[in-house]
Amino acid sequence: MTRRGPILGGLGVLALIAYPWVFRSNYAINVGFLILFAAYLGQTWNIAGGFAGQTSFGHVVFFGVGAYVSTILQTAYGVNPWIAWPFSAFAGALVGWLIGVLSYRAGLKGSYFALITLAVAEVGRIVANSVPITKGGLGILVRADYGAANFQFRDPVWFYYVALALCLLAMFIAWRLTRTRFGARLAAIRENEDAAQALGIDSFREKVKCLTLSGGLCGAGGTVYVQKYLYIDPSIAFGVDKSVEMLLVAMIGGAGTVLGPLMGSGVLHVVGELTRDLGNMLPGVSNAQPLSIIVYGAVLIAIVAWLPDGLMGLFLRHSKEARRA
Amino acid sequence: MLEVRGLSKSFGGLAAVDQVSVDVGNNEIVALIGPNGAGKTTLFACIAGFIKPDAGSVRFLGSDVTGLPPHRVCARGIARTFQITQPFARLSVLENVMVGAYHTTRVRREAAVRAEEVARQLGLARQLDMRADALTLAGRKRLELARTLATRPKLLLLDEVMAGLNPIEVEEIVRIVRAIREGGVVILLIEHVMQAVVSLAERVYVLSNGHIIANGSPAAITADPSVIEAYLGHGAAARLKRGSAHA
Repeated sequence: MTRRGPILGGLGVLALIAYPWVFRSNYAINVGFLILFAAYLGQTWNIAGGFAGQTSFGHVVFFGVGAYVSTILQTAYGVNPWIAWPFSAFAGALVGWLIGVLSYRAGLKGSYFALITLAVAEVGRIVANSVPITKGGLGILVRADYGAANFQFRDPVWFYYVALALCLLAMFIAWRLTRTRFGARLAAIRENEDAAQALGIDSFREKVKCLTLSGGLCGAGGTVYVQKYLYIDPSIAFGVDKSVEMLLVAMIGGAGTVLGPLMGSGVLHVVGELTRDLGNMLPGVSNAQPLSIIVYGAVLIAIVAWLPDGLMGLFLRHSKEARRA
Repeated sequence: MLEVRGLSKSFGGLAAVDQVSVDVGNNEIVALIGPNGAGKTTLFACIAGFIKPDAGSVRFLGSDVTGLPPHRVCARGIARTFQITQPFARLSVLENVMVGAYHTTRVRREAAVRAEEVARQLGLARQLDMRADALTLAGRKRLELARTLATRPKLLLLDEVMAGLNPIEVEEIVRIVRAIREGGVVILLIEHVMQAVVSLAERVYVLSNGHIIANGSPAAITADPSVIEAYLGHGAAARLKRGSAHA
């Protein structure tokens, strides 16, 4: 990395801290929250899918389990959400460990692993729909009782900062993966598992460790979601759309890069917001939504088609050419 | 140092390796040759833990390593290269070698120093920042060797590290392999390039249809009628002899 790296990074962090003071509307702050929160969840996917090549299609299962664990502890057992929060992370980590042990012991790789994770998330949704403790399809409402002690904030700016802190934490962990033996081993496993084993790497162990870490971080995100919206139900907690969003922000931004998920999340949300009202600008269009989705989809296809390594790939290619020149 | 006893492995009904025994002593370079499909690579895979043998044992430095998983075998000090090179394609040359170097240290700086030293030794100093998939075949073979060597093995299993190289490149690899041996590493190599076998190996095993059919010095092996027949077909040795008697 160049010497400009830390300076640019510091400026970026400052800009993200200053954002709510510049754009004061609730709308802008909520969009900021959504970008950072999706970037965080995307980064937890990226740690497994991008850095270790363990492409998951059901990462939402960690989020969902985390969301339910802290919410049930809170509503059924009266546990303070701050105290319940680590249990969500722990539950996510446990699920990650379990999926890892079972599927890697069975030798499942690539698309088979992806399908297993997808199936596990579906099982989660069905279970949450049918057992009494989750209140089934009705979902769980958390009683509004605003105050920092209850991890409930009336002013959205505080959730913005919670999401920012989580996002920076996950980025720091991802950055560490580029600088440590653990990260080097994950990259080796991603690139060629046989060769990695020949060089003394216990690939089973490293992959399980990685999925446990990723699941734990993702589980912690579940709590934040419920504390902000004060509601969770099975289709939010275990919906495929969230799994897809996680891998999409990472892949659009650049899988296996530290900045990728944040860039991908930023671009996706900005494009999403810009295309939302597109249809209304045309005369004679009564239902604008399909057009918005079509344009949104076209932008996605364009990015995937021309930038196979994501936006970071474009960025890195440019900086390399600049250095050579 | 390495004692392979009665090792067998079948795939379906085909005995790829059948009752094979091989010894490699301290400070030796031993070659394993044989026609295509003789079972050489299967034997290597069994020793290195990639394939569990059906029968037989592998002992290394006095302890049993039969059927251990590859990373455990590597931890004991046996490292292999792959016949078809298996680079970490999107990592740089230095990062590739560092993965091997991390086997003996968890400190990044130490791994980088070790990796650079090994890469330099193998003539990859100028390609350190290059992506592994941008290397030529000769470069990849060197990378394969460098990565393995960086784990500080006691025994190196080299699977055709010279196949597909031109004579000058072969000459260079031969020099490198010799230097590795000078460094105290014992080497067992599979090789088709006889120029290399003759100039490197002290002893040669010949594998054919899963059996060891001969073993001895390179000179003795190349004159052995059963070896010639294994390569050229039944009766070839006699015809060759008649041919040379006429001359």
